[in-house]
Amino acid sequence: MSSDSIALNPALESTRPIGDRLHDWVTTVDHKKLGILYILYALVFLVIGGIEATIMRIQLIVPHNHFVSPQVFNEMFTMHGTTMIFFVAMPIMFGFANYLLPLMIGARDMAFPRLNAWSFWLAAFGGLLLYFSFIGGNGLYGAGGAPDVGWFAYAPLTARVFSIGHSTDFWTLGLLVSGIGSIGTAANIAATVLCLRCPGMTLGKMPLLAWMNLVMAALVLLAISPLTAAQIMLSLDRYLGAHFFDTQAGGSAVIWMHFFWIFGHPEVYVLVIPAFAFASEIIPVFSRKPIFGYPVMVAATVAIGFVSFTVWAHHMFTVGMSSYANSFFTISTMIVGVPTGIKIFNWIGTMWGGKIEFKTPMLFCIGFLFQFLIAGLTGIMLAVAPFDWQLGNSYFVVAHFHYVIVGAILFALFAAFYYWFPKMSGRMYNERLGKWHFWLFLIGFHLTFDFMHIPGLLGMPRRIYTYEPGRGWDIWNLIITVGVFFQAAGILLFVCNLLWSRIKGPVCTSDPWDAWTLEWSTSSPPPEYNFAAIPVVRSRRPLWDIKHPEDPDWKYE
Amino acid sequence: MRRTRHRALVQGIAGLFAVSLAFLLLATSQCFGAPANPSPTNIFRPSSTPADEVFHISIFVLIIAALIFAVVFCLLVYSLVKFRRGPDDDGREPPPVYGSNQVELAWTVLPILIVLVLFLATARVIHSVEDAAKPPAAVAVIAIGHQFWWEFRYPSVGIVTANELHVPVSDPAHPTPTYIELRSADTDHSFWIPRLAGKTDLIPNRTNSMWIDPHEVGIYVGQCAQYCGTQHAKMLLRVYVDTKEQFDRWAREEAQPARVGDTVNQGRRVFETTACINCHAVSGTVADGRFGPDLTHLMSRDTIASGAASNTHENLRLWIHDPEAIKPGSLMPAMQLSDQDLDAVTAYLETLR
Repeated sequence: MSSDSIALNPALESTRPIGDRLHDWVTTVDHKKLGILYILYALVFLVIGGIEATIMRIQLIVPHNHFVSPQVFNEMFTMHGTTMIFFVAMPIMFGFANYLLPLMIGARDMAFPRLNAWSFWLAAFGGLLLYFSFIGGNGLYGAGGAPDVGWFAYAPLTARVFSIGHSTDFWTLGLLVSGIGSIGTAANIAATVLCLRCPGMTLGKMPLLAWMNLVMAALVLLAISPLTAAQIMLSLDRYLGAHFFDTQAGGSAVIWMHFFWIFGHPEVYVLVIPAFAFASEIIPVFSRKPIFGYPVMVAATVAIGFVSFTVWAHHMFTVGMSSYANSFFTISTMIVGVPTGIKIFNWIGTMWGGKIEFKTPMLFCIGFLFQFLIAGLTGIMLAVAPFDWQLGNSYFVVAHFHYVIVGAILFALFAAFYYWFPKMSGRMYNERLGKWHFWLFLIGFHLTFDFMHIPGLLGMPRRIYTYEPGRGWDIWNLIITVGVFFQAAGILLFVCNLLWSRIKGPVCTSDPWDAWTLEWSTSSPPPEYNFAAIPVVRSRRPLWDIKHPEDPDWKYE
Repeated sequence: MRRTRHRALVQGIAGLFAVSLAFLLLATSQCFGAPANPSPTNIFRPSSTPADEVFHISIFVLIIAALIFAVVFCLLVYSLVKFRRGPDDDGREPPPVYGSNQVELAWTVLPILIVLVLFLATARVIHSVEDAAKPPAAVAVIAIGHQFWWEFRYPSVGIVTANELHVPVSDPAHPTPTYIELRSADTDHSFWIPRLAGKTDLIPNRTNSMWIDPHEVGIYVGQCAQYCGTQHAKMLLRVYVDTKEQFDRWAREEAQPARVGDTVNQGRRVFETTACINCHAVSGTVADGRFGPDLTHLMSRDTIASGAASNTHENLRLWIHDPEAIKPGSLMPAMQLSDQDLDAVTAYLETLR
């Protein structure tokens, strides 16, 4: 256990030519630099995906609007979905995992640093491939065109008769390439957590973040593989005349749905489990109490991991499955509610009896808890197959999964940004701007996504570029669009806060939150080697043990 | 000073959450208050047994969800308010609590029981809607999804029509439900009339089925609910629920071949000597294309272009002249006819009653 570090001369660092420093970033195999690269890359795509969403919302602000053509609208929702899932949410989670895991388990780097760099650059190249479709999507047929088949790209719309040119190929290849990167990172995370823990850190003494990322890595390995297989099959269909999904030649559209959703549903947990991980680290620190029910939290996470592979066909309640299949996927989906409910109760149990401090990271965690609760409840509604026959593919579903992805995952991510920003940058963010960001984004989020449930209940299907007046949808769509601008303002403040604080923020200590996990024992930002001496731990809260030698945790655990 | 700031913060959080809760309640009341919200596609205004069954289970689920929400929300807000760090805090750490097996057991078992109840209620509805026996008096229709319109066939009476489905009203004492066989000619589509039933997909190489038994005469609208390509948004759907007599009369007329008068010979010639007949059929004439809607009784329909425009002279002429003006991305090509031919063809089509 040591907080020593061997100081490099910072002046020396900043006088090096910019080209050299850039070269360092491009060729780095350091987990912290790769983590930051992942995060920055994801933030760029977050802004791009956000712009695509805004274009859609402007188009839908009134019925029969002519802001964009149907073709462009269809490209926007395809690119928005694909970008947000594959090039924002996943890389940003990988970025945090990369940055934090070695620091939190007392290691000097990930298990496979070169694989790590390779995975990142594959992911980055995948994103570029997808976006190149705007220029080269129509290939020799003429100008560009992004894919317009929807982010789940149902067959046979992706067959060559329905999707001419190369836009679908860019989609396929982009996901294939970045998917290989994801598999590499997942293997790396699993190996790191399993093999590189510091002395004394048994599996039962790991921070919950490490546990949850281990489960996430397992899910990625199991879920991305069928997606990759499906992408290869689709390419075979399109170029070598295979007939997996080509219905005009006897292929099956339903098989694609199965392949996609056996990936697609666990993918939700790939994204939300790291969000759970952030909440499980941040809520205890700002409540000044250890996490309530650590073993149960671990068990619930593993349970969610297993159950998540039995629920995929709840995305397919309307494709005409038998009543037995529909019943099975109803119960399996509802069962997910049990371990997730346990988690919510444990977080509340952690706050119970604590001394809660409402700093920006904690505010975002509270937003996360509240919105995740609602997202879970609307999820239970959608699990009821007959209710889903009405709600499936309507705006209610769109509202539901944005509640999960924005309301829960993105809120937890913002919490993580503010919480670990001092560690990553060595400077403190601006608390006032952080709170403005929270409130603006919260208001925008609720304006947009609370009201988005209503047109769904009133029969508005998703993915329509325009709608008929007189169906009771107009006013709700107007409100939804207004909320978008509040969210955009919040994001703008967030980006300003990060940039300004990175340059001008007050320099902070190595442990500004009086926290308990190992990353706070080294300097901010940590040196390249993380720890001068590899720490030795005896409990789940090693820094607590140091700060309270009279009452250490290891006596009770 | 610090106290008031903290209190304001906590109140702010609680207030905002309460407001959002109120929004959700407002939303639900908007949907339930049928007279207050005349939305013709409100899923909470069912008018047919399958939609009714869904309505009842959805109310049950909503109530349970609301109860869970109320309990957890109160716990959350209570702990935020009660356990916030006070202004006169002594800076000491609160006593650590690592967990409790009894409490964990309680909040594991209770949700399992709730899930069990919800599942049993759901399974009953799934079975009663999906496995309902088809009575002998049922009307059989085949619906075929096309990019971006609906083809309807009544095999027992030999009717082929498009976009506007006619069915008889079903008297609960003597039910005459309509059983719809769902197929697709190209990509995936989904048949959704919210007030009559939940949606069921139309998938190529696969035959699905659904049924409706509308209780009230009237027009019910909906639209394609599975993304099917460029003009997915304007693949609208109308169901006309007729009285038994109206329906029989409609079916008799639709089953007749086209009655073409001599006054529109020029338009008929243009129609039959251009690409129109590659896609469209007019029974009793040489036009037997199957790619587009059957036009034998075009004028019996209220709308054209799958509900994208009402069936007026101007719209019909515009549709033939430039389909992109009404429905960009539609698969109907602009026919590049002279004004004279355009008028003649429009006049011809207007005789197809």
